Amino acid sequence: MKFSGLRVFTEALRGHKGWKPLWRDPDPQPAYDYVIVGGGGHGLATAYYLATTFRKAKVAVLEKGWLGSGNIGRNTTIIRSNYLLPDNEPFYEFSMKLWEGLEQEFNFNAMVSQRGIVNLIHTDAQRDAYRRRGNAMLLAGADAELLDREQVRVMIPFLNFDNARFPIKGGLLQRRAGTARHDGVAWGYARGADMVGVDLIQNCEVTGFRIENGRVKGLETTRGHIGAGKVGVAVAGSTGRVMAGAGMRLPIESHVLQAFVSEGLKPTIPGVITFGAGHFYVSQSDKGGLVFGGDIDGYNSYAQRGNLPVVEDVAEGGMALMPMIGRARLLRIWGGIMDMSMDGSPIIDRTPVDGLYLNAGWCYGGFKATPASGYAFAHLLATDTPHDTARAYRLDRFQRGYVIDEKGVGAQPNLH
Amino acid sequence: MLIPHPLLGPRDAQEFTYLGDAALLNRPDGMAADAQAAFNDYVYLRDNPAGVHRELWFHEQGDRSWVVVTRNTVTHEILGAELARDVALAAKAGAA
Repeated sequence: MKFSGLRVFTEALRGHKGWKPLWRDPDPQPAYDYVIVGGGGHGLATAYYLATTFRKAKVAVLEKGWLGSGNIGRNTTIIRSNYLLPDNEPFYEFSMKLWEGLEQEFNFNAMVSQRGIVNLIHTDAQRDAYRRRGNAMLLAGADAELLDREQVRVMIPFLNFDNARFPIKGGLLQRRAGTARHDGVAWGYARGADMVGVDLIQNCEVTGFRIENGRVKGLETTRGHIGAGKVGVAVAGSTGRVMAGAGMRLPIESHVLQAFVSEGLKPTIPGVITFGAGHFYVSQSDKGGLVFGGDIDGYNSYAQRGNLPVVEDVAEGGMALMPMIGRARLLRIWGGIMDMSMDGSPIIDRTPVDGLYLNAGWCYGGFKATPASGYAFAHLLATDTPHDTARAYRLDRFQRGYVIDEKGVGAQPNLH
Repeated sequence: MLIPHPLLGPRDAQEFTYLGDAALLNRPDGMAADAQAAFNDYVYLRDNPAGVHRELWFHEQGDRSWVVVTRNTVTHEILGAELARDVALAAKAGAA
């Protein structure tokens, strides 16, 4: 059932009676060749690419709640590829390219909107750092422009350029960055996967692994035992809990990140603005709400809600950057649980258990990576070799000393 | 969150900075034969439990003491706090 303008037109004439659910709701079969644990963005994307690109049959996705009920529905929808390190930037640029073709690829409106992202600069040292980052982005085939103060002022005139502590001196702009409709991404991948025969099994919580002689044979779930040839786990936020079932301790702490949305306003924010020095970033949704956030709360949490100190910190950052935000009323605040890894970078790798693969540690930056993460994880599951852009995301890199630490803060997850 | 400081009474968690799991008090012996593996565990691997968690907080904007806080990571309920010094000394006495 393909979506097209013609179809919308004919359905309108027939009273919209021809629309069907986007995916089936199947009961689990006794066994699958590939089982993906986690029906969020990364899990659904993995199943989609496994079934479409790598042509693997008998794939299932197990989700403990409903599809897209975790961080894919809780993030602030930003897509970008403005990383510095050579182990990261090609991967995120690959993701950016997949975003650009995504809607045509899976025939679903994910509302990908390339409105640009500006990282603000306040000091000479920051300008040097962003010039270096911009050059690293250009080397990886991404786009980057260094803006001076007047160029930023033309784009975003409403900022407070003369803040006493953090006057705005310029910015690093990536024009191809922007936002996407986060739920739409999950639904698009789910529908695409379902159309090629992937079983999306909801309300099915994984309670343990069946491991024999160091090899995974299947999963214990709330809907019974499900046999599996290979198991891919993509359950950001719950990674520690799920993988404890396979007896693994991981280089991950779970932390809560809060996000905020204001009432709907007329178009005012041209793209995404980040104010790193003030722990604040903001964009505007297509519905008009200002979507913004700041730092993680900073202590281990599985609560999916945060505390007031960070709310205050984010509000202060917003007021310092764009005083007009004080006129907007806050509509909602929510929290999501982040896999904060020990170096701030993700893990896409096999594990010491044969047939068990892990996709985790995305910190608070997993949404932008959804297409590439799914693609790379599917590549690993299907071929047992890492995708070219994801070779560095090894589980044992900490032990070997090959950490990928963008911020250079060391093994302290609440500082990444 | 209010942390019941053993010396100062209830203090706002904002006065503290967070380090992590209280297991970090048990630094491995750097001279031991298995030091490399032990330090990999110590520096990088975490239990990361959903539920009761013992963790290190530093009273940076207070009396600058390290405190071991017992807290539920699912509800944010704080169940108790002890001076890290006392915890470390008790562990040492227990080991001796």
